[in-house]
Amino acid sequence: MYAVEVEKLTKVYGSGETAVTAIADATLQVKPGELVAILGPSGSGKTTLLTSIGLINEPTRGKVIIDGVTVADQGWLPGIDLKRLRREKLGFIFQAHNLIPFLSALENVMVALEINGLSGSEAKSRASELLAALNLGHRLQSYPSSLSGGEAQRVAIARALANRPRVILADEPTAALDTDNGTNVMGLLKKLAVENHSAILVVTHDQRMVQGFDRIFQVNDGRIIGATR
Amino acid sequence: MNLALRDIRYHKGRFILTSIGLGLLLGVVISMGGIYRGLFADALAVLNQTGADIWVVQQDTNGPFAESSRIPEDLKYRIKAVPGVAEASPLSFQTIQIERLGKPYRFFLIGYDLNGFGGPPQIIAGRNIRQKHYEMVAAKAMKLQIGEKLRLGQHDYTVVGITGKVVSSSGDPAAYVSLADAQQIQFKKDNDAIRNYRARIGSDLNREPAVAPAQAAFLAAKISASAESTHTVNTVVARLAPGANLKEVQERISRWNHLRPISSREQTEILTKGMIEKARMQLGLFRIILLTISAVIISLIIYTSTIDKIKVIATLKLIGSQNRVIVGMILQQSLLMGVIAYGIGYLLILMTYEKFPRRIVLEAVDLQVLFVIVIVICTVSSFVGIRKALKVEPAEALGG
Repeated sequence: MYAVEVEKLTKVYGSGETAVTAIADATLQVKPGELVAILGPSGSGKTTLLTSIGLINEPTRGKVIIDGVTVADQGWLPGIDLKRLRREKLGFIFQAHNLIPFLSALENVMVALEINGLSGSEAKSRASELLAALNLGHRLQSYPSSLSGGEAQRVAIARALANRPRVILADEPTAALDTDNGTNVMGLLKKLAVENHSAILVVTHDQRMVQGFDRIFQVNDGRIIGATR
Repeated sequence: MNLALRDIRYHKGRFILTSIGLGLLLGVVISMGGIYRGLFADALAVLNQTGADIWVVQQDTNGPFAESSRIPEDLKYRIKAVPGVAEASPLSFQTIQIERLGKPYRFFLIGYDLNGFGGPPQIIAGRNIRQKHYEMVAAKAMKLQIGEKLRLGQHDYTVVGITGKVVSSSGDPAAYVSLADAQQIQFKKDNDAIRNYRARIGSDLNREPAVAPAQAAFLAAKISASAESTHTVNTVVARLAPGANLKEVQERISRWNHLRPISSREQTEILTKGMIEKARMQLGLFRIILLTISAVIISLIIYTSTIDKIKVIATLKLIGSQNRVIVGMILQQSLLMGVIAYGIGYLLILMTYEKFPRRIVLEAVDLQVLFVIVIVICTVSSFVGIRKALKVEPAEALGG
């Protein structure tokens, strides 16, 4: 079973003469444990593809299946609890880490766990383990403002992994990092994909980071123009 | 995890400053309520402390507080003789402003029959008046010392005792002297005025052809004596005998004495509905305006704080947070701000209310009602922020 399946996904913004097709007839499958890049220039539609898979952006046409659950077929399926699916099946990593500034590193990870129903003590224990595993055991009580870019992004990765999601969606995770930190983050994602058996889709236009991906989907003008291994 | 508390902890400087500002505003609202209650308490202080059931005043007047009333002192005997009246005592009231230590010094002077009632309600220092003349009991707020002398009219009066918080309906502190002294201070003319007055009457009578010179001299002396009499009071207060019917007693006094007997309840209405009504409405309006300002400020603070957290809210939504988590964060912050600001305002007034120039009366019920209003305002104000937060799209978390 694929972790992510997308069939002929199309997203059109606006209508009539002002309609803009951001992504057209996109089809892809990602297996658990696979690290996949969606590569393309700015405005090519890669973020739209990611947000449609991330259950944020309703597709106009086509099908989205997450971990065997069909969530969209010509639009969201009725009765689908998108928030719950996002909570339980998906993890997100952002370009600018998006840590909550008034929470410590530990609390930033805990909040994702508590939202998913874990008690405070369980969340604390699991968040501490995760951060320690990402070499942030000494930064548990640090606020995002005092973390380096690399550390903040690792906390964001810990938060994305907190609920052991089937799919991790990363939007330009290395864009705000220097080459060393970017390489480290990509290495970490690769390791986590294998260890956690999670599918990881990374949107990037950073050609420096393309090595190490299991597959690369090239997107241009709203279409997937090729996939390389 | 309580996100509201975490946010407050992180931005504690801003939160504390905002709460202090709001607390000062609520302090003003609390003090307005206290001043309003104080107006009532002041207006009714003498009335309540006298403990009379009936205030007998000049016919067709609302005296002695709302209007001028002058009646002969000896009416006390006739009032006392009315069936149902247990005791009657004459009282004299006047507001006095003198210069003391180079500054205007204003107070309310009450003259009372030392053998009757209506004197100082309690003595907190010194003693009560014992001599018929030249002794005074002053309210604490007059800031006089025992033994200190105050010149009123033609005589010096020695402070022999200090009483508690007794004030006139306009808030001036009260002092007590014997009725005879009060009458002298109020009605006794100075010697030049008496001489002038006697000469004027004598001259008028001498010009009257129907009055013989011997009669004129006799009449002049009689008329002057009558006019110079100080045996006038502003009211005679009466207490009813147990079981006496108030209405009947009032009816008897008004029918055959041509006086107006005002019951204690009626006097309360005259004082509260008439004398302080406008001030009450003014204060009420001020309170409404200040509460509206508080509501606008809280709404603005919560809205701005929500705008500051758009990315946080979008991120929370993106990671699957339920709306109740976000609504709870905004609502709790708003309520906490309101509660803390209320606490600051309350403490501020509690620590300073005795230093206010006018009496502040903090009633528990007023404070409770205001607390509920503050909670309602905070809840309603937070809707603005909540509405904004609920409209935030998870997609807003993406991008730089």
